[in-house]
Amino acid sequence: MKKWIAFWNILLKDMHAYYLKPPNISWGLIFPIAWTGMFFIKSGSGSESIQALLPGVVAMSVLFGTTSMLSVTITFEKKSRSFERLLLAPIPLELLMLAKTAGAVLFGSANAIIPIILALFLTDLSKISWIIVLPGIILIAIVSTFLGLFVAVSVSEVFEAQTFSNFFRFPMIFLCGLFFPIDALPVFLQPLSYLLPLTYGADILHGAINEKNMMPFGLDFLIITCFCAILFYISLKNINKKWIT
Amino acid sequence: MKIIESISPAHGRDSLIEVIQLTKKFDDVMAVDNISFNLRKGELFGFLGPNGAGKTTTINMLTGLSRPDSGMIRLGNHECSKKLKAAQHMIGVVPDESNLYPELSGFDNLCFCASLYGMRKNERQRRARELLETFRLKDSADRKFAGYSKGMKRKLIIAAGIIHNPPILFLDEPTTGIDVASARQIRQLIADLHSTGTTIFLTTHYIEEAERLCERIAFIVKGQIVRTDTVENLLEPVQQKKMMLISVSNSSNDLYGKLSTAFPHFEFQPISGEQIHIQSAEPISLSPLFRFIENHNAEITEARRLSPSLEDVFVRITGIEAKVLKKETEKKAGAA
Repeated sequence: MKKWIAFWNILLKDMHAYYLKPPNISWGLIFPIAWTGMFFIKSGSGSESIQALLPGVVAMSVLFGTTSMLSVTITFEKKSRSFERLLLAPIPLELLMLAKTAGAVLFGSANAIIPIILALFLTDLSKISWIIVLPGIILIAIVSTFLGLFVAVSVSEVFEAQTFSNFFRFPMIFLCGLFFPIDALPVFLQPLSYLLPLTYGADILHGAINEKNMMPFGLDFLIITCFCAILFYISLKNINKKWIT
Repeated sequence: MKIIESISPAHGRDSLIEVIQLTKKFDDVMAVDNISFNLRKGELFGFLGPNGAGKTTTINMLTGLSRPDSGMIRLGNHECSKKLKAAQHMIGVVPDESNLYPELSGFDNLCFCASLYGMRKNERQRRARELLETFRLKDSADRKFAGYSKGMKRKLIIAAGIIHNPPILFLDEPTTGIDVASARQIRQLIADLHSTGTTIFLTTHYIEEAERLCERIAFIVKGQIVRTDTVENLLEPVQQKKMMLISVSNSSNDLYGKLSTAFPHFEFQPISGEQIHIQSAEPISLSPLFRFIENHNAEITEARRLSPSLEDVFVRITGIEAKVLKKETEKKAGAA
């Protein structure tokens, strides 16, 4: 019980200190609106294209929302030494890092709602399988957050966190089948797509929204869960190795 | 410098902290070199040494922020390498630099720190208010930590360290870089905590602070403990000595040599160009000394008897002048 009091308060503190600050709320709103507006207007081919673009826009909003926030907040706390206070607390490292990442998962998931709300005004979303979309969004948020965590523990400066995040994020827009299918990519790039977790998240959303998934949902969920476990494990190892010297 | 390893007796069933042959190396630098010590329950133990001596590295290893290369640490019944998280329940840590959240208020910072130890909402709010009152920060409770003065910040960091009533408190240079009044208040708070039975491990640059507060002191230099003992035992050899400091002007270069020859039973040590430290096992008779100096065309501008202090012991054991230690402290405080 005591550990969960700590978990809950770390999450609340992060929400209060970082995620619910006006600049971050506006970032969380403006960024997905900009993506959504840009892609929906550019497509210009009616409501069907909006539904086709929706999985990519949702996935991208979640990816950018989570990675931007988490990698910066963790690096900032490490730099200002307040992260040390957390390491001194009698909480297992796994639970501590889950608490630190929970805020980013919630923030990222909330980012996904914006394009969906906008799409609701422009097209008919009644055929969407929400029972698949919602866990899909949450899993994309978790894997993107853990990717952000992996970045955060690999760098020491806040600006490095942003640069390193972009190294992963921008190639993923093109390689993970967000806006065009993976088999439309040059053959030599296709294996790379399958090494990136967002490919499987995007596939879940394409399947649930447009019934155009490459793999069975079960396999997508399994692979993305494995990515979550691996990224979290590597991040914990890195924290143990680099921050508890 | 001769390194003497000496562990004074704090062993036994009532020892709350036990450190055996602790070693830590960073690349080629031996930060902590095979140190051992014990702290009794309720003891206030000082760790005194210059910058880079290994004080903070030792605290980091004792609190779980750093892993020893070898050696054993036991806090209460918990061996830290095996049950670190259980041991961390017992400790409060006040680091040498702030590790609180600048964007949170003083009150929220304390409540958050309490929650890390699983304290419930009512309990942590009550304790936070109590500590803000004790530390005279009640009026600033709702102000953001970032807006606090250095002294206020330091007090809140100490309050955060004891929010969960830990039986062991680690204080890393608690009075460095703050104003005299705040430092005084913090020393009083440390003494009060000690009187309530908290076991305190204090690192400091300030010799007089260690002498005033601590029951036992370890001198650490270049990662090695060169002496550990009670303040009384450390002071004993110098207390039997008589000491004087005289200031002279117009002295010739070889005045010290001439004094040493003329008064062989006195120990003369030039402190600066114009000051001479005199030490003797017997009472120092001033008239012949003054007459001798004046006969050598030097003028005595000041003469005062010195009470033997821990500073003399520190200089004697470590070979490090106290003023070097003070300069480092000021440099560190300036940087902070």
